Amino acid sequence: MTEYLTLSMLLFSIGAIGVLVRRNAIIVFMCVELMLNATNLAFVAFARQHGNLDGQVAAFFVMVVAAAEVTIGLAIIVSIYRTRRTTSVDDANLLKA
Amino acid sequence: MLDLSWLLIAIPLAGAALLLTWGKESDRFGHLIATACSAASFVLGVVLFVELAGRDAEDRSVTTDLGTWIDAGPFRADFSFTFDTLSSLFVLLITGVGTLIHVYSIGYMAHDERRRRFFAYLNLFIAAMLTLVLAADYLVLFLGWEGVGLASYLLIGFWQHKPSAAAAAKKAFVMNRVGDLGLALAIMTMFAWFGTTSIAAVNDQVHSVSGNVATALGLLLLLGACGKSAQFPLQAWLLDAMEGPTPVSALIHAATMVTAGVYLVVRSHDVFDASATARNVVIAVGVITLLMGAWIGCTKDDIKKALAGSTMSQIGYMMLAAGLGPAGYAFAIFHLLTHGFFKANMFLGAGSVMHGMNDDVDMRHYGALRKAMPVTFYTFGIGYLAIIGFPGTSGFFSKDKIIEAALGHSVWVGLAALLGAGVTAFYMTRLMLMTFFGEKRWRDDVHPHESPSVMTVPLIVLAALSLLAGLMALGSWIEEWLEPAAGHAEHHDLPLPIIVITLIVLVVVAAGVALAWLTYGRRQIAAETPADSEVSAFTRAGRAELYGNHVNDALVVRPATHLTRALVWADAKVIDGFVTGGADRLGEISGELRKPQTGFVRSYALMVLGGALVVLLGLLAVTLA
Repeated sequence: MTEYLTLSMLLFSIGAIGVLVRRNAIIVFMCVELMLNATNLAFVAFARQHGNLDGQVAAFFVMVVAAAEVTIGLAIIVSIYRTRRTTSVDDANLLKA
Repeated sequence: MLDLSWLLIAIPLAGAALLLTWGKESDRFGHLIATACSAASFVLGVVLFVELAGRDAEDRSVTTDLGTWIDAGPFRADFSFTFDTLSSLFVLLITGVGTLIHVYSIGYMAHDERRRRFFAYLNLFIAAMLTLVLAADYLVLFLGWEGVGLASYLLIGFWQHKPSAAAAAKKAFVMNRVGDLGLALAIMTMFAWFGTTSIAAVNDQVHSVSGNVATALGLLLLLGACGKSAQFPLQAWLLDAMEGPTPVSALIHAATMVTAGVYLVVRSHDVFDASATARNVVIAVGVITLLMGAWIGCTKDDIKKALAGSTMSQIGYMMLAAGLGPAGYAFAIFHLLTHGFFKANMFLGAGSVMHGMNDDVDMRHYGALRKAMPVTFYTFGIGYLAIIGFPGTSGFFSKDKIIEAALGHSVWVGLAALLGAGVTAFYMTRLMLMTFFGEKRWRDDVHPHESPSVMTVPLIVLAALSLLAGLMALGSWIEEWLEPAAGHAEHHDLPLPIIVITLIVLVVVAAGVALAWLTYGRRQIAAETPADSEVSAFTRAGRAELYGNHVNDALVVRPATHLTRALVWADAKVIDGFVTGGADRLGEISGELRKPQTGFVRSYALMVLGGALVVLLGLLAVTLA
């Protein structure tokens, strides 16, 4: 049990650090997916431990949301790339105070 | 027929509405419409008067109810008019003198491009003044009271391109508001104590309440009367009001509107009958004003202001008579009528003189005009004889009656009235001598000429009335006529026989005339006004209008200005400071909060992570504790 949770924590941390340090929007997205799947792993592990299906249901919901998020996110990245010829998140900085 | 009294008001009101709304094409004949409206009202007034006179004395009061004006809970005010002996005399004075002044104005205002508007205002005034005197309810009276105030304001400021005229109009309006406040409070007091504001009901019930209520009511009514009639202490506006066109000064500020205060006192005579204190204050106000006005009249070189001082003084006489109670009401109204004739006559005469002298009002620039303007001279002369009380003229009867009644009341009041008569003779003789006699002191480009007949005919009619109005005193007709409205006139025992009093008055008047002749008739009159440093303190004080404006300035205007400035400061600094200061602080805080929003997505992500960690640690801390 502890192993699953440790792996989940590691994957989540890698994902979080990736979101924070990488500039390429595609990579950032992949890291976000990594974080989501790390939580999925934790959900499934807890479901197994408690012996009910709640965690597994939550994991399916997360997958649906992740799929939707990727669809919209990639569409935004493609349109940003078309106008600005870059996928760096640091260059998309027009919305600021 | 007598219930048609509302038509008296409706005709000139319709005239005013027509002239104010009709366009430019009515410029050519607008003045004729206005004059016709006023004349129609006069003819109707005469018809109603004759019908009233044909009735028995106790039937001489007809109230017409046009419907309910205000109906709120237990309070009811009817739109009703009373045509009785008192208001019928006023109707004749207002519409009669008013029509003559309309005719005169056709000539006087002939070259004014806003003449139609002038006539519309004159008609508005006539309608408002008739509302005032016909009202059967104090609220309706108040409507007319404010209406004449409005017309007076519009007409004083008629030449509004002159800053002095605009300022004078505003001053008259504001000072009248002070008096109107008194009248408004009086009406509220009536409502509080009697539950009604009907003139008849209030006068019926006032005897059944405590004397203090009657005194308060009387003093509040007197405050209203002081404002409208330019009596001390609200006298300062009348002299400035001479900025208006001269027919306005004659109609509003001599013959009719300024006498509304006297009318109010006589109309509310039961209130004053019930309170000796209020009557004594009325007498004091009358005596002070009659002497003040006479003093001012002695020192002014501006012919209209000298006449205005005289108007104040004569209204002081009327107030004094009204304050004497039942012994004086009829004489107050009698003097009011005769004064209406001879003062309107003299004001119009002064207008005629100004017309010939290129609108110069300085009597030091006149002199020797009796040859150049014979009609004006003779008619003015009759007015002059009437105001000083020359035997046989109307003023002789009306002023003597007041002095007799004053002597009957108290020797001191009588002596003050007697002194006033002497001073009146002095300043009116001075005015006559400076204007019509002596050497020519005309400016170079002035060519005096007689005015057109449209102006001189009203002068002749008014002069005839000034001469003959004394007939009203024959056989005590005026006292008997007014008895249903103003109560029975009691006669006090006089300290001296009447013939002796009359002789004393004549001697005093002759002394005033002689003194004026010694001062102004024999000597050369300076063509320029002597500087203040060259004249006596008496003259200086009179020229400064007895420092009425200074007192008002010090007591009211300056404290009010300071208060306003303080309020403006408090508003700008304290209230605005609080409101805008709060907004400013919020803005500054937002400015600080805005700085972390850099536009870098990764720093936002870091903040989200940091926030999540804080929440997580917080949760941990809470669960573990």
